[in-house]
Amino acid sequence: MSKAIGNKSLLLKLSLLAVLMFSFAIFVMPPLYNLFCDILGIGGKTGGAYTAVDVEIDKNRSVEVQFVAMNNATMPWEFYPKQSSVWVHPGESKKVTFYAHNRTANDMVGQAIPSLIPFSASNYFHKTECFCFNSQPLSSGEEADLELVFIVDPDLPESLNTLTLSYTLFDITHDINENLAVLN
Amino acid sequence: MAHGPAEGITRWLYTTNHKDIGTLYLWFSFAMFLTGGFFAMVIRAELFQPGVQLVQPEFFIQMTTMHGLVMVFGAIMPAFVGLANWMIPMMIGAPDMALPRMNNLSFWILPFAFAILISTLFMEGGGPNFGWTFYAPLSTTYAPDSVNYFIFAVHIMGASSIMGSINIIATVMNMRAPGMTYMKMPLFVWTWLITAFLLVAVMPVLAGAVTMMLMDINFGTSFFNAAGGGDPVLFQHVFWFFGHPEVYIIILPAFGVVSQIIPTFSRKPLFGYSSMVYATAAIAFLSFVVWAHHMFTVGMPIAGELYFMYATMLIAVPTGVKVFNWITTMYRGAITYETPMLFCIAFVILFTFGGFTGLMLSVAAADIQYHDTYFVVAHFHYVMVAGAVFSGTAAVYYWLPKWCGRMYDETMGKLQFWLAFIAFNITFMPQHFLGLAGMPRRYADYGLQFADWNMVSSVGAFLYGGAQILFLYNVVRTIMHGEPVKEAKVWEGAEGLEWLVPTPAPYHTFTKPPVVISGAAGEDEWSISGATPHVAFKASPEAG
Repeated sequence: MSKAIGNKSLLLKLSLLAVLMFSFAIFVMPPLYNLFCDILGIGGKTGGAYTAVDVEIDKNRSVEVQFVAMNNATMPWEFYPKQSSVWVHPGESKKVTFYAHNRTANDMVGQAIPSLIPFSASNYFHKTECFCFNSQPLSSGEEADLELVFIVDPDLPESLNTLTLSYTLFDITHDINENLAVLN
Repeated sequence: MAHGPAEGITRWLYTTNHKDIGTLYLWFSFAMFLTGGFFAMVIRAELFQPGVQLVQPEFFIQMTTMHGLVMVFGAIMPAFVGLANWMIPMMIGAPDMALPRMNNLSFWILPFAFAILISTLFMEGGGPNFGWTFYAPLSTTYAPDSVNYFIFAVHIMGASSIMGSINIIATVMNMRAPGMTYMKMPLFVWTWLITAFLLVAVMPVLAGAVTMMLMDINFGTSFFNAAGGGDPVLFQHVFWFFGHPEVYIIILPAFGVVSQIIPTFSRKPLFGYSSMVYATAAIAFLSFVVWAHHMFTVGMPIAGELYFMYATMLIAVPTGVKVFNWITTMYRGAITYETPMLFCIAFVILFTFGGFTGLMLSVAAADIQYHDTYFVVAHFHYVMVAGAVFSGTAAVYYWLPKWCGRMYDETMGKLQFWLAFIAFNITFMPQHFLGLAGMPRRYADYGLQFADWNMVSSVGAFLYGGAQILFLYNVVRTIMHGEPVKEAKVWEGAEGLEWLVPTPAPYHTFTKPPVVISGAAGEDEWSISGATPHVAFKASPEAG
């Protein structure tokens, strides 16, 4: 009799463990992953909108920022940076533009996802304005200049002189997600 | 009182008897083994020559995917659950598993899971074509429609494994005979207890991974979709958090089997019993903290690569303890080479090879060269086939006389062993060379420079397939008309409670619990009383 009770209580405890591990996978691991990427600056994620603070511009130093634009999978838009690279002083606010053109006969919505290399620079690259904070609806044949304003942090490690920012443009016409601004 | 099984098909449908369910698991896993083996034959036939001959690349990748899924979840795992069902109650002196009805359920949902999985091959758009590791977004954005069936099949398999594991844990913790303390349990019971905890901890994570896929595909979430703010690399972390413990789930029970068989045929008690237990626990613990060594190429920071590299290498320590213990058990033993022993010796040698290639792969800098090549394929087949499958085969030959009261044909068993051993090495040894030369895995075609070794590998694979038919024939022949065995102790060097019940094992054993009076880890004197007449025997060889 006591064995039957013992078996039941073990069954309950172990089932609870299984449920907890399932919840861990779905509810804990994704935020934990994002948290790790955020803290360690890995994964090339550049963080959300940045509020400019008063910092001294480091005129003695120049950093090259290169731009790359790619279309994901079958995304048919024309999409490229208007300047392939710029030189900036750390602390200086810089505006660059990307060109996008919906060449199709359909109204579409695009979403650009940034990634920065080297990863060790991602916590020192701040975007005050970025088209990637929002989705980009373009009707058929429409073209647009997409703006990005960024600041390279004066604390950028001395060893880093070239940063490459790439945007991948996704077709999200069929699944628009408005909560992206915080993540990009 | 003799109380036999029910008659007819309902015996198997309604059974709650651990021996019946063990038999069901074993036959099911063998059917899946042949199915997955057939897929492997398709793969090797296509790779026999360069170019596309037999199957289209779209179908080829479905074959590699299904081969992996069926072998891991359908063949190896249920085979060891079957062995656990048969042997654990008899080894610890319990009348049955702790939760017999759940035992029935956990088996009978499995055929449905695999029917669903295999049916996807006949659906429009084909079956899963994203590799057994089903990385997103290949398995989400770019997957065929049948991916939903795949997801549900994985859910059912997971539920089955979790229930089976809970049952094993409850049985081991709660149903041991009086006097059967933890440190007297046979090592097979120990390795299964630890494996069961691993399963309860990580199968839900796999279920979580496929559930997130399901939501990404059907409900507009973006766990793994970069366009929606998710990250495909997250999938790899979740998957391998399950996947790495999974490889130890497969191999730990195999360790247990080998630790039972080698002492029997060496006629010496297992060397270093308690170190074996602690090594098993250490491997299980370490398996949770090394998962990202499968993902050295995703662009981890150097600190991460170093951590995962050193942690992975650390696993070689407890594994080495086990290998040395097996060798020391054999050292100066009175060894005889019956079929189970041959398979176990081959296990120790070939598993160690596989372990060494694993060490090579763990070197982060070198892994970038080896990643996703046939070197990896060769590595994990050395540990999965020569590890898990060889030990499973050994277990069947070792316990088959106890199960059915008939002895297998030793000559045919040895023939199968040598055929399997040679064919296995012909199949997988060349794949090391192919991988080091840069042949990537999962492609239907390859460059001409890989042609010769691929042909050799395919010939080996067909021979290895033939060895399994011989195995099936030998087992069926034994059950139908093998030489009857009467002795309770089928092997003169065998120790443990399962060898004290009559042969063939009656439908119900240990209905009254035996009392284990003394004896640590198979040493000293064991004495039991209960359903069988009072028996005592000296486990270790007579003191000199």
